[in-house]
Amino acid sequence: MWREFVFWLCAAGSVVTGVAVFRVDSMARATFALLASFLFAAGTVLLVDLTYLGILVILMMIMEMVIMVVFMLMYMMNPAGLMPMTMVHNQKGSLAIAIGTFAVLATGIYLIDWPTSSAPQPEDPTMALGEALMGPKMLMMIVLGLALFATIVATVVLATHRGRYDRYGDRLDRDRPDDPVRGGVGR
Amino acid sequence: MVETTAWGVLLLPVILGLFAVGAAAFDATLAARAAGVTAPRSAALAPLRSAAGLLVQQRRRTLAADTLLWRAAGMVLLVAAVLASLVTPLGHWAVGDLSAGVVWFNAMEIVAWAAVWLAGWGANSTFSLVGGYRFVAQGLAYELPHMFVLTTAALGAGSLRVADIVAAQQDLWFVVWMPVAFAVYLLSVLAMAFSGPFNHAVSGDVAGGVLAELSGVDRLVFLAGRWVLLVSGAAMAVPLFLGGGAGPLLPDWLWTLVKTALVLAALVWAGRRVPTIRMERFEEISWMVLIPATLLQALFVSLVVI
Repeated sequence: MWREFVFWLCAAGSVVTGVAVFRVDSMARATFALLASFLFAAGTVLLVDLTYLGILVILMMIMEMVIMVVFMLMYMMNPAGLMPMTMVHNQKGSLAIAIGTFAVLATGIYLIDWPTSSAPQPEDPTMALGEALMGPKMLMMIVLGLALFATIVATVVLATHRGRYDRYGDRLDRDRPDDPVRGGVGR
Repeated sequence: MVETTAWGVLLLPVILGLFAVGAAAFDATLAARAAGVTAPRSAALAPLRSAAGLLVQQRRRTLAADTLLWRAAGMVLLVAAVLASLVTPLGHWAVGDLSAGVVWFNAMEIVAWAAVWLAGWGANSTFSLVGGYRFVAQGLAYELPHMFVLTTAALGAGSLRVADIVAAQQDLWFVVWMPVAFAVYLLSVLAMAFSGPFNHAVSGDVAGGVLAELSGVDRLVFLAGRWVLLVSGAAMAVPLFLGGGAGPLLPDWLWTLVKTALVLAALVWAGRRVPTIRMERFEEISWMVLIPATLLQALFVSLVVI
């Protein structure tokens, strides 16, 4: 009973705060409305006893959105939030995409023959889910993880303003790096 | 071994509040002694006096403040700081015994990122905003070593459940064979609660940073949240590294309280003794020293466990 109540609370909360993202007139509020929406979604994950995943979603979403807010404010047209702004662009196109996606997903929900199981709940649902998702494809997941990590490193290397030649000289023969800001390790 | 109690929900905020007041009083005493006040005892009441003052103080207003987000900051910080202790056992009782308790604790600590930034943003004041961004800029430098030491303790027990971590220390406390992790944990708890030498977000060189425009009850709630966050961090050190309620003679709940008080006092004292560390310095220390050190510690623990 209470699970159903909490589910509908999370579902409604998630949608309402999701709508709020596009109704508010400040980037900061939009970001934190989006964060609230994600947290409500995490609530539904917790409801199916995926404790670890649910808490991890909470943890990662807070970190992500706080970092995100910096960029949202930096790049959007109304950084200070002092002038009226709108989060909605390309209204006709986005409306079409939104309605189309909703229609596809909604029909999908009703057309798919969802499996029902009378098997008892596994002792550790997170483990069971992980096994089901990744068990047979572990090699691919590992390769994927490596590829993602390599991409992150490569992006940082490409984006960095000062490389080792700037820091250690053209022949990399400087003892102390030439940094504009002193670090804390005594160099 | 750890049993969950419903009445703990009522007791937990009271205990955390008492510890927070105690920590603030100890901090005020240390400050008074450092300032050369002849009767530092009366300084211990200073936090209570200023709390009463803040309760009746009228709110300072700023032009075009984002009131919703500004007020939310303090409340979110306080609530999250209390919720962080949900999984911390007092002796053999805990309010919640989540299977991923350590992750829950970390998630609630991370709320401070959002809260501090919101407090900085909401005031629509430059110094506040600078303070807020200072904290966010340091976020990963604080969080990554913190996360790795939490992982190390969980590795030692082979479980993310706090009760299992306590049970794994029956023979040997984790502090004995994970000293690096314990030291880094204490350091990062101070940092996550933006106190002690890591108070750049609220330091005097930016007129109080995120606290610059906070006044009245909002300021009280925010400061209370900050102290409770520090208390929650200190309290979690006990089940993670100091054997939980284990100890001779005294009952386990009393041992937990005693150990928490000792850790908290050490943190407050260190915060007063050490000057504020400049951000660019700590950033490099964190990435070049703390993260490799915690990773090596985690590797060592994994090898021992295997």
